[in-house]
Amino acid sequence: MKKQYETVIGLEVHVELATKTKIFCACSTAFGGAPNTHTCPVCTGMPGSLPVLNKQVVEYAMAVGLATNCKINQYCKFDRKNYFYPDNPQNYQISQLYLPICHDGGIEIETTAGKKWIGIHEIHMEEDAGKLVHDEWEDCSLVDYNRSGVPLIEIVSEPDMRSADEVMAYLDKLRLIIQYLGASDCKLQEGSMRADVNLSVREVGAKEFGTRTEMKNLNSFKAIARAIEGEKARQIELIEEGKRVVQETRRWDDNKEYSYAMRSKEDAKDYRYFPEPDLVPVVISDEWIARIKQNQPELRDEKRLRYQREYQIPEYDINLLTSSKKLADIFEHTIALCHKPKEVSNWLMVETMRLLKEAELEPEDITFSPVHLSKLIGLVDSGSINRTVAKEVFEHIFRKDIDPERYVAEKGLAVVKDEGIIYHTIEEVLKANAQSVKDYYAGKTKAMGFLVGQTMKALKGKADPGMVNTILREMLEKSCQTAE
Amino acid sequence: MELMQLTAVALGKKLKAREVSVREAVEAAYKQMDSVEEMLHSFVTTDKDAALKRADQVQSLMMEGKLTGPLAGVPVAVKDNICTKGFPTTCSSKILEGFMPPYTAEAVNRLLQAGAVVIGKTNMDEFAMGSTTETSAYGITRNPWNTAHVPGGSSGGSCTAVAAEECSFALGSDTGGSIRQPSSFCGVTGLKPTYGTVSRYGLIAYGSSLDQIGPIAKDVTDCATILDVIAAHDSKDSTSVKREHYDFTSALMDDVEGLRIGIPRDYFIDGLDHEVKRAVLFVAEELRKKGAVVEEFDLSLVEYAIPAYYIIASAEASSNLARFDGVKYGYRAKEYEGLHDMYKKTRSEGFGQEVKRRILLGSFVLSSGYYDAYYIKALKTKALIKQAFDKAFGHYDILLAPAAPTTAPEIGRSLSDPMQMYLGDIYTISANLAGIPGISVPCGTDSKGLPIGVQLLGDCFQEKTIIRAAYAFEQTRGYQRCPLCEKGVSRVEETI
Repeated sequence: MKKQYETVIGLEVHVELATKTKIFCACSTAFGGAPNTHTCPVCTGMPGSLPVLNKQVVEYAMAVGLATNCKINQYCKFDRKNYFYPDNPQNYQISQLYLPICHDGGIEIETTAGKKWIGIHEIHMEEDAGKLVHDEWEDCSLVDYNRSGVPLIEIVSEPDMRSADEVMAYLDKLRLIIQYLGASDCKLQEGSMRADVNLSVREVGAKEFGTRTEMKNLNSFKAIARAIEGEKARQIELIEEGKRVVQETRRWDDNKEYSYAMRSKEDAKDYRYFPEPDLVPVVISDEWIARIKQNQPELRDEKRLRYQREYQIPEYDINLLTSSKKLADIFEHTIALCHKPKEVSNWLMVETMRLLKEAELEPEDITFSPVHLSKLIGLVDSGSINRTVAKEVFEHIFRKDIDPERYVAEKGLAVVKDEGIIYHTIEEVLKANAQSVKDYYAGKTKAMGFLVGQTMKALKGKADPGMVNTILREMLEKSCQTAE
Repeated sequence: MELMQLTAVALGKKLKAREVSVREAVEAAYKQMDSVEEMLHSFVTTDKDAALKRADQVQSLMMEGKLTGPLAGVPVAVKDNICTKGFPTTCSSKILEGFMPPYTAEAVNRLLQAGAVVIGKTNMDEFAMGSTTETSAYGITRNPWNTAHVPGGSSGGSCTAVAAEECSFALGSDTGGSIRQPSSFCGVTGLKPTYGTVSRYGLIAYGSSLDQIGPIAKDVTDCATILDVIAAHDSKDSTSVKREHYDFTSALMDDVEGLRIGIPRDYFIDGLDHEVKRAVLFVAEELRKKGAVVEEFDLSLVEYAIPAYYIIASAEASSNLARFDGVKYGYRAKEYEGLHDMYKKTRSEGFGQEVKRRILLGSFVLSSGYYDAYYIKALKTKALIKQAFDKAFGHYDILLAPAAPTTAPEIGRSLSDPMQMYLGDIYTISANLAGIPGISVPCGTDSKGLPIGVQLLGDCFQEKTIIRAAYAFEQTRGYQRCPLCEKGVSRVEETI
């Protein structure tokens, strides 16, 4: 019988914190500045410059730690990780090795297989590096230090995951917790959340772990899932062939769906860690921890319960709405304005999700304001516009955050309730479609639908279809009698 | 009257009284440089035009009554490892040749706000690694008391500039004795404050946990006055301490009545030159005569200070100096193939031998498998040394010791035997490991006519106690000019 294998996975997740300024200087963390404009002597490694810790970084790290059931090291320190690379202006990274801020926590995940606890070994604070840009024209490399010193936390899990499903669930849960805390926007594509996967395989029932590899360069959930499957297969194949897995760092190429060895344990770098002498230890008081706990916002699980209680909307809706902090925020803000939970939920779940998908965006990218969504719901509710028009208006709200009331007025999209206009339009339609009228009288009921459609089209969709139906039927019957 | 013969405070008074102009003071400094620099080489960079321009600005601010402090208009020389915008800052290393810092160090900024005029950057051992100012990439500095001898180091240039009256006072830095030892060799007064007293922001780091900027001047009054200006809490330096008082000049009292002075017996053993020993013990006797209580005691752990120091300082240096890689600023090798070759060649060509030795040593003690055996052990030793000092300061207000085991050695004698050179730091490095303040005050000369310094050590934040004792001793002897200044340059040249 073929051997059964089990995959053992641990993750190292880097999250860029949402502070306004960098971890060790007052430079902006904003994206998109011209190269080297968000820099100063500290984050460009000028001789004689010194780091000063940003308190907000500690608070975010603590908040994430507390929300993931970690213990807080009330005496924590920074260490230097030494390695030469031009994106790292000092040629050392200020990180935490010996006394990280959070340790020994975990979160519960849920997959189709049920609930499971995933342990978190530690969370530590560190600084991001700059970015190298290769100038093909000049054939040289340039470095942009705008990202240098942007605060990161690294969340190191225990090797508790056994499948890509569990990894996805863990990452998703982590992402949501951090987003809810406002500690990061956690966008994998933009790099504000990055994951390295440590993976080994062993025969089912084995007590010892197999030799693990670490995979880097995973920038989407799908890439992570594919990398796990690919690496698992690669390792099992090696074992089956009687070869051994080498402990090494591998780079995942998502296009080729294969990982390549970067460096093995033998030539692993010696980072010569030692305590950072330019920073004093961070001493965290009980009061400080209590304050962070107290200011902790409502997290997803609590929100779900409250939605059930307060809004009486289906569980499906709740799950979707709370799957993104941004979506939940819009939901709550819109309800506060229009008090129609199910309506708001529908707009978010159906139209919003459709438009996001079309534009390949995430809920975090939503730019429209709850005020405009609530006005739109008001317009539909009062019968001022019909649903077809409302969908069209919503697209404009979604894209440009327009004011629907003004838009409807300006474009003349309000429902035509004037019977005279509808009557007149139908007359024109009947004249132009004599064949269909004949068909109708001949008993082809389909013709009725066609005529309604033509009328609606002539009225640019603004008419109330019910009214059109009624009037059309009346008119057809009247003209039938006349004909007889 | 020679302006540069005056102490900084005396010159400051004349400037304030408008007996002399700031321009005249700065010109006097440059005139003295013109006559002695060729012989001594105290400076790496000078900029007379910039200094005179600044002198005129300071003068008008003084006229407007906006600058009234004791250092307003006084010419200062700054060690070349302290960043100064507008002046190249090289750490006397080829790797920082022509480097212009984009900002000014906090200590210098405080001096500038007080109206001091920076006249130049002084020579030093490369990256402050050395005890003789012979490891500078820009040539050695000579001792103004005898130009065949070294000035000590690493703040050699700052000490010779003060001794040879090329400036009124100077800033130095002290990681293992780099202010106190050359002060002793050059017959000037130098003070290393408690770690965290003067901001390190802008001081190019050697051993971050040990480095401290301090004043070098002709007398104790100057040192206290300068410390009043440069000592302050700085939010840009996380290791900067908020102290209760910064009024060091209030300790300038000729009163040591009842002061308890401890003499570490373990400092007065083999290796200490007998002339140095006699001169230093004479200071104890003078202070005793003034009412101090002097006792000998065993400090212990003295022999562990040097290995602990060289492990910690080199470990930190190996990381601190990693940023000098040819990528961002300073020297880059001319020819290379690819990134790693560029790193290798730049650093091989840019650093001197002593710096490379310490980078290698530091990288070794931090490498995996050796970290616990060396670095951790050194940190434990550091903590024990601190405890030994804590215990001593339980009994004594100050400790009295030599600043160095000998007077200044001849040029060319030290570098061939680095171990011997390292051993010369035995009396100074413990203060850096323990973070305590120390002052070196001239206390005589040996039979060769070379100056001897006595070192007074105080407990953390007790600068005032050592200033008081140093001031009281100073009253018994006064300032002794170096022969170069006393007899004039030409006379000295004849005797060499």
